[in-house]
Amino acid sequence: MTTRIEETRSSTGKTTELSEDLLLDMYKRMVTIRKFEEAVHDVYSRGVMPGLAHLYIGMEAVAVGVCVTLKGTDTITSTHRGHGHLLAKGGDPQRMFAELLGKKSGYNHGKGGSMHIVDMSLGILGANGVVGGGLGIATGAALSAKLTGAERVSVAFFGDGALNEGIYYEVSNMAALFKLPVIYVMENNQYGEYTPSNKSTAGTGPARAEAMGIPAMTVDGNDVLAVYRAALWAAERARTGEGPSFIECQTYRWLGHHMGDQGDTYGYRNSDEIERWKKKGPIKRLKAYLLKEKDIRVEVLEEIDQKVQMEIDNAVEYAKSALQADRSEVFQDVYA
Amino acid sequence: MAVKTIIEAIHDTMLEEMRRDPTIVITGEDIGKRGGVFRATQGFYEEFGPMRVIDSPLSELSIIGIGIGMAINGLHPICEIQFADFIFPAFNQIANEAARIRYRSNGAYTCPMVIRAPYGGGIGGGLYHSQSVEAFFAHVPGLYVLAPSTPYDAKGLLRAALRAPDPVLFLEHKKIYRLVKGEVPAEDYIVPIGKANIVREGEDMTLIAYGLMLHESLKAAEIVSREGISVEIIDLRSLRPLDKETILHSVEKTSKVLIVHEDNLTGGLGAEIGAIIAAEGFENLDAPIRRYAGPDIPAVPFSPPMQDFFMPNAAKIADQIRDLAAY
Repeated sequence: MTTRIEETRSSTGKTTELSEDLLLDMYKRMVTIRKFEEAVHDVYSRGVMPGLAHLYIGMEAVAVGVCVTLKGTDTITSTHRGHGHLLAKGGDPQRMFAELLGKKSGYNHGKGGSMHIVDMSLGILGANGVVGGGLGIATGAALSAKLTGAERVSVAFFGDGALNEGIYYEVSNMAALFKLPVIYVMENNQYGEYTPSNKSTAGTGPARAEAMGIPAMTVDGNDVLAVYRAALWAAERARTGEGPSFIECQTYRWLGHHMGDQGDTYGYRNSDEIERWKKKGPIKRLKAYLLKEKDIRVEVLEEIDQKVQMEIDNAVEYAKSALQADRSEVFQDVYA
Repeated sequence: MAVKTIIEAIHDTMLEEMRRDPTIVITGEDIGKRGGVFRATQGFYEEFGPMRVIDSPLSELSIIGIGIGMAINGLHPICEIQFADFIFPAFNQIANEAARIRYRSNGAYTCPMVIRAPYGGGIGGGLYHSQSVEAFFAHVPGLYVLAPSTPYDAKGLLRAALRAPDPVLFLEHKKIYRLVKGEVPAEDYIVPIGKANIVREGEDMTLIAYGLMLHESLKAAEIVSREGISVEIIDLRSLRPLDKETILHSVEKTSKVLIVHEDNLTGGLGAEIGAIIAAEGFENLDAPIRRYAGPDIPAVPFSPPMQDFFMPNAAKIADQIRDLAAY
């Protein structure tokens, strides 16, 4: 199914047609995430990668739809399932992959692994191994923007599971009170780890946000243009001093909670459900839209696919041959 | 006699205890149909149903907070924290509430609950799935802190914990969940809280450890025994309260002491044990008390060479033993 959203209307009434460049940029970022995650899956399955990884496949439209509306100085906080957010915000696949393999040239010099990548220069305030761990940081970043007069928007990505962490209520209350320039992006991928969100969440995320006076909406998180439009709305609210917004993106992770959970290993969801969601996958939908509605030639998309594949292959090769993390750095950066 | 892994011993003991005592309920993240991420509650949901096996939201402070509410109202909850690293949002509930309910109510209320938490490194878990949290909690009066190293003790201590009238933090080293196997008698027995175990007798020094480090220390003792060094090893089992009597008695015999833990050095269990020996066993010492622990960095790093550097192991412990023996 394709989406028919060609135009987006900002709250000022201005109508903007999405340029072909922007649409192709979205496509490229989504394919980059997909191929990066496929490479992680491959490398992990071969036993080359130590530790854990939580893959973003199926959810690409959320990170990309939001991040294309952001400036370089805007900040994001990410989650344990963070590769997509980092790539969408401009993260370097080479340094990311090196970190995943625990190498010296990785983003954290091997100290962090998959769940802890940070790049302050890109406004990536960090993935986080604790559910809800980024919410305080994102809200604090927005508070600092407000206090220092910096024109900066802060985005907190978090999952449906994190909605039940107490910290969300404590910090979003403050954001509403102080009209902070923060966007709470809830990725509802239908499961908090292995438990369906309707078994652990009473009511809905948007209703909870609205209870604190935070305007909220639910969008189809597999439709990158719907996510984009919602993010533009929220970012404009943030930039004009109107305060926080809440966006629930309905989506689905195709793979398991983490690499050890292959889709339906533990019987908490079934393959019919997974197939149903795959049929409405975000990349497939954007591709159909570009081909049918925007008359973009398939060769253009294929060329992007090939270029991205090469870039990811290079990142994997780079990471594999990179130097191991340096033991002498174990004690580094404990104190100034 | 049945040979079991530690996780099997924990699973089977909880199962038997829940069959025995209808007031025991269990709550935690994904402990229902999923059976817990380490499978500690596999099959529980099917047997006991959703009223006794309660999938919680991903909300540690509410797992403990709600657990306290159940404990002071006639139930005996087992609260599973999925990884010990995730326990800190609930720190306030444990230290400020659970551990002082008896004290602040002058004994009118008690808080019988068991908080289970898989801890420890060496599994590639990185910064947030490898921590040792015992020192934070062993500091808290009103709380028991237990750390079994064998399947036998896992059963005996868990049965003791589920009979204790006060809150217990039950720490399970996740690396030895399936690595360590041992005989577990079918009959009911208790390993008393506060009682350490001398697992190897020796003459030249006393080595004190718990959890994964107990097993690395045993290997180290075997290595140095071939060089003529005889090491006595104490498995603490209870981190709060400590078994001072067993520790001091052993030091009286050997005159040297090495304390080994994976948790970082400063303010760790070794500091408390060392202080006890210095204060109450000083005349028996022939060498300075020695501690060997994880380095003072904020968390266990992820990359294999870094993690290996962090983790004490048999070879490194053997070096410490040789050094102390030569003093």
